[in-house]
Amino acid sequence: MNTEAEKQPILRIDGLTVDFLSDDEPARAVDNVSFHVHAGETLVILGESGSGKSVSTSTVMGLVDCPPGDIVQGRILFQGQDLTRLDDEARRRINGCKIAMIFQDPLAYLNPVYTVGRQIAEVFQHHGAADARQARARAIELLARVGIREPELRVDFYPHQFSGGQRQRVMIAMAIALEPDVLIADEPTTALDVSVQAQILDLLRDLQRERRMALIMITHDLEVAASMADRVIVMKSGKIVEAGDAREVFTNPRHEYTRTLTSALPHGDLADASNRRSGVVAQEPVLRVEHLVKEYRLRSGAFAGKRVLRAVDDVSFEVCRGETVGIVGESGSGKSSVARMLLRLFEATSGAAYYNGVNIFEMDERQMRKFRRKVQMVFQDPFGSMNPRMTVQEIISEPWAIHGDILAKSRWRDRVAELLELVGMRPDHAPRYPHQFSGGQRQRIAIARALASEPELVVCDEAVSALDVSIQAQVIDLLADLRTRLGLSYVFITHDLPIVRHFADRIIVMQQGKIVEQGATSAIFNQPAHAYTRSLLAATPQPKWLRAGREQAAGAVPA
Amino acid sequence: MSAIPSTIQAVSPARPGRARLLFCYLKRDRLALAAAIFLVLLVLAALLGPWLMGDAATKLGLRHRNMAPFGLDAGWLYVLGADTLGRPILPRLVVGASNTLGIAAAAVCASMLAGGLLGLVAGYTESWYSHVIQRGADIIMSFPSLLLALIVLYTLGPSVTNLVIVLAITRMPVYLRTARAEVLELRERMFVSAARSMGASSARIVLRHIAPLVVPTLMTISAIDFATVILAESALSFLGLGIQPPEFTWGAMVANGRGYLATAWWIAFWPGLAIMLTTLSLNILSSWARTVADPQQRWRLQKLKKAAR
Repeated sequence: MNTEAEKQPILRIDGLTVDFLSDDEPARAVDNVSFHVHAGETLVILGESGSGKSVSTSTVMGLVDCPPGDIVQGRILFQGQDLTRLDDEARRRINGCKIAMIFQDPLAYLNPVYTVGRQIAEVFQHHGAADARQARARAIELLARVGIREPELRVDFYPHQFSGGQRQRVMIAMAIALEPDVLIADEPTTALDVSVQAQILDLLRDLQRERRMALIMITHDLEVAASMADRVIVMKSGKIVEAGDAREVFTNPRHEYTRTLTSALPHGDLADASNRRSGVVAQEPVLRVEHLVKEYRLRSGAFAGKRVLRAVDDVSFEVCRGETVGIVGESGSGKSSVARMLLRLFEATSGAAYYNGVNIFEMDERQMRKFRRKVQMVFQDPFGSMNPRMTVQEIISEPWAIHGDILAKSRWRDRVAELLELVGMRPDHAPRYPHQFSGGQRQRIAIARALASEPELVVCDEAVSALDVSIQAQVIDLLADLRTRLGLSYVFITHDLPIVRHFADRIIVMQQGKIVEQGATSAIFNQPAHAYTRSLLAATPQPKWLRAGREQAAGAVPA
Repeated sequence: MSAIPSTIQAVSPARPGRARLLFCYLKRDRLALAAAIFLVLLVLAALLGPWLMGDAATKLGLRHRNMAPFGLDAGWLYVLGADTLGRPILPRLVVGASNTLGIAAAAVCASMLAGGLLGLVAGYTESWYSHVIQRGADIIMSFPSLLLALIVLYTLGPSVTNLVIVLAITRMPVYLRTARAEVLELRERMFVSAARSMGASSARIVLRHIAPLVVPTLMTISAIDFATVILAESALSFLGLGIQPPEFTWGAMVANGRGYLATAWWIAFWPGLAIMLTTLSLNILSSWARTVADPQQRWRLQKLKKAAR
């Protein structure tokens, strides 16, 4: 490492400042940011959403629209060449070829109407690296390298035929196709389950070692950051607040913000002592679910003929007043389907769910209206769950417009301001539109909307999964606070076990539509009975410096 | 808990009024401003034209038959030339605007409203009347529209109201199908699920959540459709089923000049140009309106202040 530090960095960013323009004063997204990365090194940019970490790297790729984006000043030096001065043509030769990028949501970046093989081959052909036949052969090679099984067969599959983790592997294959010098990974594992995340991170580490790429990784996840980083920079409000060696930053943070970040880590031995679980729970069930089943009839899959998929298979549980039940499982385990059936967004195939003794699936219209008022849902995706044409004011006041008897119209404005403050936002955010907020802020708006109708039970479907640790902790604190103050009950659905450790009273672990284990939170964490629960607990990433130490101790040859 | 910093500056306290703001956005887009000015002039002409130039437009003058344009010998009314019966073209364009625009606007609005509403319903529900609506639209689409118009106008008798109804019905399926296709996509979006989970009624979801995202598309189509309707009306008038002489429209003027294209091009050219400019203006203006209506695109029309450097 010492020899590398003396060499010239491969990518250097000097005093970069980016504004976003609108009718009002320009908004500074990135403010005088400088960093560099050497070949074979991993730089992690850590920060909450809206801190400008994505904007600064998108500028490197020339992906920021100009206008409304405006590079006020700064230089981006790649092998000594200033990228901000290049024209489109010269830039194209560098993008994808020398500097490549992987994104958070692979489904959005893969074209659904072309096979993945064709899309990978296109990378070669665009840059004139191979003809059609060679390109295909190399696409198969790449798919094999990123760990897709049966690459000769899968190369002709379409993106929707791959799982989320596999799609991310395909994206990585496309990014490394031309053996770039710098790989930028923008939240590459945020949308993935813990065990898949571990595999992808392993893959990235291996590839980096093999090809001596410089890796710039953007993440809000401290554990991911710790497990990948050689050096870390921490960003807040468009500025770098701390930079340095990973171990140094994590174990001995100097800036106050970094300290709150590291203390917000939901893990650690103290977690059980300082939990936010509800103390006393009334033994009166609010919700009782009995033998819930959801079946999908698949017409014809890629391999099989007609068959029936049991997405939810005989699920039964209870939620008491003031209690929080966490439902944990990987994607595809049927946990979201349960939530949607409880709110009658899907029809259940069979089974029953009693809310205050009345079967939800057999409610008449009047009962349903009351039910819709008392049970609210916070959705996973704060980008999609709000109408892009409505202002925050309209979004939060919608429950009152639907249920006319909650609040008189003259009081809406004040109440919206109250709710915004309750979830930690400013009242003057009310006239804005959802796209003007970061993911964390949007999720707060969604929570404010759910609280507007004064519910008894809130179903949170991966409500904090897309948020940063510090904000996750804030949102969970907020939810816990509201529980004690308003006597709410929660069904909290997540793939992330550490989050519920703080918050849930009881945990239900689901796998492939079935409940494999359920019990009190401490019991699940201390003595996991089922192998699947144990594997979920074990998949949490380990800090890089610890792992490196262990490898050396074990006599492994360091890279 | 502290408020998270936002990447957007705080909203300035004194906001200009809605109308002022719209005017500001209009001023930013030069082309849209020109289009708007042209359309305002056109509407003024349609309202005041018959009162100002009504007589001049119908005055026969055999001495001026097929008079060439750009000559001022016969007075400024004849600057665009005269038609086969020696009537000056300029006043005829001005006076004809009221009939033309009135019929086209009424027909386009009616077909957009009816088609849009039926499309929203057909897209949102899955019950039997969704299929009835769609098959109805298919029948109208597959039936030759001119034949349909002939039958209806022959049985009901030619009048302006009947003409509008016939034009509206024949153009309706376009709106219906577009609206339905958009609704099919939108109703699967998460914010619709969210509204449903809050207990919103179907009417609220369709009108409050889905319609605002469908309307801009329909507006764009209607702007293009305007020209089609003007020409379809002239075809019907040509067959004697539309506007009856001595009333006239731009479409009728084009049809009139058709036989003289080789000898007196200006008889068909000027009304044709008027139709084209109107449609073009509507198109530009509707694309401007679409940008304004979309909060994520609005910045294109905003004054982008750069930081001092």
